[in-house]
Amino acid sequence: MDFLFSTEQETFQRQVRQVAQDNVTKELNSMNADIFPKNSIQTMAEQGLLGIPIPAEYGGLGKDYISYIMTIHELSKVSASVGVILSVHTSVATNPILQFGTEEQKKYYLPKLASGDYLGAFALTEPSAGSDAAKLKLKATRQDDVYILNGSKIFITNGNEADSFITFARTGNEKGAKGISAFIVEKNTPGFSVGTSEEKMGLHGTSTVTLHFDHCKIPISQRLGEEGQGFHIAMANLNGGRIGIAAQALGIAEAAYEYTREWARHLPEQEQHLLFTLADMATKVEAAKLMVYRAASLMEKEKKCIREVSTAKLLATRTAREITIDAIQTVGYEAARKGFPLERYFRDAKVTEIYEGTSEIQKVVISKQLAQS
Amino acid sequence: MDFQLNDEQKMLQKMVRDFSLKEVEPTAKERDEEERFDRSIFDQMGELGLTGIPWSEEYGGIGSDFLSYAIAVEELSRVCASTGVTLSAHVSLASWPIYKYGDESQKQNFLKRLAEGSALGAYALSEPGAGSDVASMKMQAKKDGSDYVLNGNKVWITNGGVADIYVVFAATAPEEKHKGITAFIVEKGTAGFTFGKKEEKLGIRSSPTTELIFENCRIPEANRLGEEGDGFKIAMTTLDGGRSGIAAQAVGIAQGALDAASDYAKEREQFGKPIVHNQGVSFKLADMATEIEASRLLTYQAAWLESNDLPYSNASAMAKLFAGDTAMRQTVEAVQVFGGYGFTKDYPVERYMRDAKITQIYEGTNEIQRLVIGRSVTK
Repeated sequence: MDFLFSTEQETFQRQVRQVAQDNVTKELNSMNADIFPKNSIQTMAEQGLLGIPIPAEYGGLGKDYISYIMTIHELSKVSASVGVILSVHTSVATNPILQFGTEEQKKYYLPKLASGDYLGAFALTEPSAGSDAAKLKLKATRQDDVYILNGSKIFITNGNEADSFITFARTGNEKGAKGISAFIVEKNTPGFSVGTSEEKMGLHGTSTVTLHFDHCKIPISQRLGEEGQGFHIAMANLNGGRIGIAAQALGIAEAAYEYTREWARHLPEQEQHLLFTLADMATKVEAAKLMVYRAASLMEKEKKCIREVSTAKLLATRTAREITIDAIQTVGYEAARKGFPLERYFRDAKVTEIYEGTSEIQKVVISKQLAQS
Repeated sequence: MDFQLNDEQKMLQKMVRDFSLKEVEPTAKERDEEERFDRSIFDQMGELGLTGIPWSEEYGGIGSDFLSYAIAVEELSRVCASTGVTLSAHVSLASWPIYKYGDESQKQNFLKRLAEGSALGAYALSEPGAGSDVASMKMQAKKDGSDYVLNGNKVWITNGGVADIYVVFAATAPEEKHKGITAFIVEKGTAGFTFGKKEEKLGIRSSPTTELIFENCRIPEANRLGEEGDGFKIAMTTLDGGRSGIAAQAVGIAQGALDAASDYAKEREQFGKPIVHNQGVSFKLADMATEIEASRLLTYQAAWLESNDLPYSNASAMAKLFAGDTAMRQTVEAVQVFGGYGFTKDYPVERYMRDAKITQIYEGTNEIQRLVIGRSVTK
């Protein structure tokens, strides 16, 4: 066992913290007004942060998975919006191409995504297919050398800004998981349009949109993996998505804890209840941190880690919700005012228990894994 | 970063698991009911080298580290928390201060016997009026020639009566409060040293907890551990590491309860299907597994930090706080999974639930842990 970062990882951590301090903090106000953090993402792109775990031959930094997860963690301490933009872009919009793409697709898309020339999105959820993704209805009909897509997707993170969308559609007549295929859809494809943005309680720097496909023609060369492999592709990358969200939740939780701790330090004296609250916060953050980095380390080693990722997400997201509530309760009315960090952390925390598999879905996964062990 | 055990640690884990299932588990229920300590289990642990895991071979140990020791306590506690705490008190509380603060002859005379398992150790700090508030201890040690004369009582002593070597704290300069406390090594059989009441307890019932009575008990200066006045520091730093041991005990208890609840939920059928197919049950198991994993990581981290000579005081306080609370909460849930059967002595979960409670209390209550952590993070 070794619980410490390597020197290289520590150096990288300092670099990421610098970006968070110098760039992301400047866009916090505009993000609160629902504006995408363009400059931060641009700076991150220039420093290679949009392709951290992508191999250098495809334009990425070729860094380890722990460095990638640490980046989401650090960025989310300043802005959970920036954290999730990166997580979606890397874990579920870029990685599937690395894992399942043809050499041609990899050579075309990965350098664009890793350099930030393209921003990526992942389109799985539909109105009637949330946790039960295999029920999706978006239709892809094969016609000669194209597929014609008809239907819609909802809750698509990065939807307004993304250039490429990993989209899941039904190609076969089989019901359920078997008849699903994955496609890489470009923003400007005729018949593809981005609909309304959701108004959300949190993550105001990110767009969450509806996508419409109206006789949208996608060439066969844009199909990712084989026909019918779509559900497998979606599930294979959920683990990566989940650990990313767990890291985002960890960042939110730690930020709320650190804010409260600094606030407490400046009081003339700390009453026992305050010390106890801070102790519980610090302990829960530490537990979540260990769970998140353990899962990232197993991902890096390509060990089977379905249970470890789900327990990390379950614990880290619960921790984020609990700590952000406790932080506001501790600091009091001042913290609940709009524009103050704690109320933002609180609003940003909730969705981490919902997206990339609700906490209930994580419990289903964990208990299945337990039953098999 | 690497969160996996190495081969040596895995081997030790398997060895202790096998030993626990074969030698400890079969009598765990009976020893609990009879409040019976079984010295032969400790002797067998000595033969396996478990009694001196972190100490070098020159002092009778096996030259491993605190992480391996934590793993051993966890595995023992998974079947019998009493046996877990016997080892934890022996290694963390009795052997550690001698290893850390003892002179060479004390290490040869006492640590070696403890490490080899020919002697069992105990730690005597608490008094009726000095629990969390250690500095208000009444027990006195007066210098008389080259001896110290000890007078007073100690309570809540784990391994009390059955242990051979006791690390005992007494005031050599009572007016100086915590700065006037000194540590001594006292052997069983020393004139003036006797045992009082054996406590009847809610849990860890096969681990004896007794009162120690010192009446004009003469201890040679050679048995003083550290300098006069070092006692408080020795006591506190000993507890820092001891907390990882108790955290490991808590992890073991919780894991044992999860093992039992998980097996039962797969077998027990109601409404035509195993109850594990109800989310009311399976979600409980998922929460248990999640919190246990987090407890284990916190515990291993604290032990790893100590093994690598890195600061671990805060980490061990966090581990004990989180693991103790988890063990209590999740053993209650395990009983709930068993329903009425869980309330009976036919199944082990009621024992796990009773055993869990003490992990929130001893070696610093969880309220003390919160104080320690809270003060440290606001410094």
